[in-house]
Amino acid sequence: MSDVPGSALAEKAPARTDGRFGHAMLKVEGLKRYFDVSAPWLNRVLEKQPKQILKAVDGIDFEIARGETFGLVGESGCGKSTVARLIVGLYGPTDGSITLEGNNIAGLSRKEMAPMRRRLQMIFQDPYASLNPRWRVRDIIAEPIRAFNLTSGNTETAERVAELLTFVGLNPRDGEKFPHEFSGGQRQRISIARALASKPEFLVCDEPTSALDVSVQAQILNLMKDLQREFALTYLFISHNLAVVYHISDRVGVMYLGKLVEVAPSKTLFTTPRHPYTRMLLDTIPDLDMTGRERMPVGGEVPNPITPPPGCAFHPRCPFANDRCKSEAPQPIAVDGGGLVACHGVEEGRVPQGPILATPAKPDGLAASVHE
Amino acid sequence: MADQVDKSQGIVSAPVPKSGFLDMMRRFFDSDVWHSFKSSPITIFAGVITLIYFILAIFGPWIAPHDPFDLAGLSLMDSLLPPAWMEYGEARFPLGTDDQGRDLLSAIIYGSRVSLFIGFASVILAMVMGIALGLISGFVGGAVDAFIMRAAEIQLSFPSILIALLINGIIIGYFKTHPEWQVDQVTLAYFVLVLSIGLSNWVQYARTVRGSTLVERNKEYVQAAHVIGIHPIMIMWRHILPNVLGPVLVIATIQLALAIITEATLSFLGVGVPPTEPSLGTLIRVGNDYLFSGEWWITIFPGAALAILVLAVNLLGDWLRDALNPKLR
Repeated sequence: MSDVPGSALAEKAPARTDGRFGHAMLKVEGLKRYFDVSAPWLNRVLEKQPKQILKAVDGIDFEIARGETFGLVGESGCGKSTVARLIVGLYGPTDGSITLEGNNIAGLSRKEMAPMRRRLQMIFQDPYASLNPRWRVRDIIAEPIRAFNLTSGNTETAERVAELLTFVGLNPRDGEKFPHEFSGGQRQRISIARALASKPEFLVCDEPTSALDVSVQAQILNLMKDLQREFALTYLFISHNLAVVYHISDRVGVMYLGKLVEVAPSKTLFTTPRHPYTRMLLDTIPDLDMTGRERMPVGGEVPNPITPPPGCAFHPRCPFANDRCKSEAPQPIAVDGGGLVACHGVEEGRVPQGPILATPAKPDGLAASVHE
Repeated sequence: MADQVDKSQGIVSAPVPKSGFLDMMRRFFDSDVWHSFKSSPITIFAGVITLIYFILAIFGPWIAPHDPFDLAGLSLMDSLLPPAWMEYGEARFPLGTDDQGRDLLSAIIYGSRVSLFIGFASVILAMVMGIALGLISGFVGGAVDAFIMRAAEIQLSFPSILIALLINGIIIGYFKTHPEWQVDQVTLAYFVLVLSIGLSNWVQYARTVRGSTLVERNKEYVQAAHVIGIHPIMIMWRHILPNVLGPVLVIATIQLALAIITEATLSFLGVGVPPTEPSLGTLIRVGNDYLFSGEWWITIFPGAALAILVLAVNLLGDWLRDALNPKLR
């Protein structure tokens, strides 16, 4: 892994899409989103507390090609959902740009965003909260159609709703029902039908399967794959479930504490993970083959994002961290296999390849607990 | 529900019914709400009672055996007569008479009229105001929220009867100093009562609605509407409002009773309706003085009339809350 040229060190190359897909549809550059989580103004003045800034997303770059599925994984609180909300415009970014087909959509007002919205929709995590309980399913699905004036009248809208319900594997008659009459998986199908109603090109999927039963997850994933093929959709697929991401993604980005630590084609990432964090994450996938291999699960907790560790944010939990990791933030560098890794250890070649064994001495006591 | 967005008219599909009163009625009797009404005997009972009150209130002058406001028709010889079935009772006065010789049954019918009007009007005023302010407060948040809620808390720290008295005083004083406004005293009294009771009761609605709005606005269905690009006012109106109305209807039915009682108190204090046009509350107050001297009917009958009315409205409110909740259907 030491074959990385040193000149690539300072280069902040965005994660290039691999050759199978066309030009970049969505391009995210230097995206940042900070939240002010300080106490109220009066308390701060009286108790002399400093302002507290939570860096939910702290400068990430990636590209998604047309027709591609880009997976985003990471532990809870690493900022993946914030990325999703930034892209669809639910949050405005603190800094950075988001371009959809060459149009910058970062921080636009509701009116300015209007022409782009039809092409950009979102599927939410919780199918029990993402459908208005007082609306009939047909009205829920028809909402984007009516908002964008896509049909010429009630009859056409009703036909379109019936068509959408069929696409997602439901009966057109289900439109008369209310959301609570459906199971979680069926509700997620309704949610997908609503997202498809405006004929979007890009779908942001924020953990669309994590609230579902395992048996239903596969159905929804296959449905999403089928729809992608049929309508040439591009997905940003966010999940903490690595198996799900592997199943659906073409390329995967691994987030840690608001930053991308590794981006690689799905196959490469799962066969030869480079970053120590990725490798430890992969070790958390239950092993049905029962190889009895020694594992090195990620120890410790995600540090508080309000006061992230200096240098590489992962260093308190990393078995390979040295002094450089504690002081200098690593920049993404290109590695063979088409990926990008932000790790001093990989760059210097001091992180060995192959599975990480649960033996190396811990540089400090923080990540001391090695289970198994 | 969401049909108003559709701009094009004239396309009539088979199941979409034509407009028209008969058709509207047909659709109402087909609806789930009517079905749930039909299948609950206690609700039908409450509905019938409420309907009777409304009919009595609207057609009172044609139904009541006497006109209690016609001073020429009163005779002190008839005062304090017991109900017709008791000793000394007279068939002319089925529920007896009060201290002025007024027929109690007629007075109750006319009193229900006043009480119902002031109760409903002030509850609607308070409800509209409270829901609007609560929705804005919860949805917009920030300084707007802080301002509305501090105002609500200040108002809440005074008894509502004091607020009503204050508003009452201001309005009456205004009309006294502006004699160019030619207003009828009775109309003014009604107007002032509705305004003062309404304005003193909006806080409950606002706080309830704000609390529910805070919960609803962070739910994913609201975010989905944002992603579609629905205007925030439409999100408030079509997504959040239907989901926060449940508790409001229950408060409204309780507040109706409170409004009627507040009106009675104000009337007793001399700032409400004139004693020549007694409301149910005034009748109860007046009757109170005679309770211990044996003339129980003067207060018991208006009191029972008020209690039955409030109970029926409450039951209807409970049913309406459940009927409008699709999860319970």
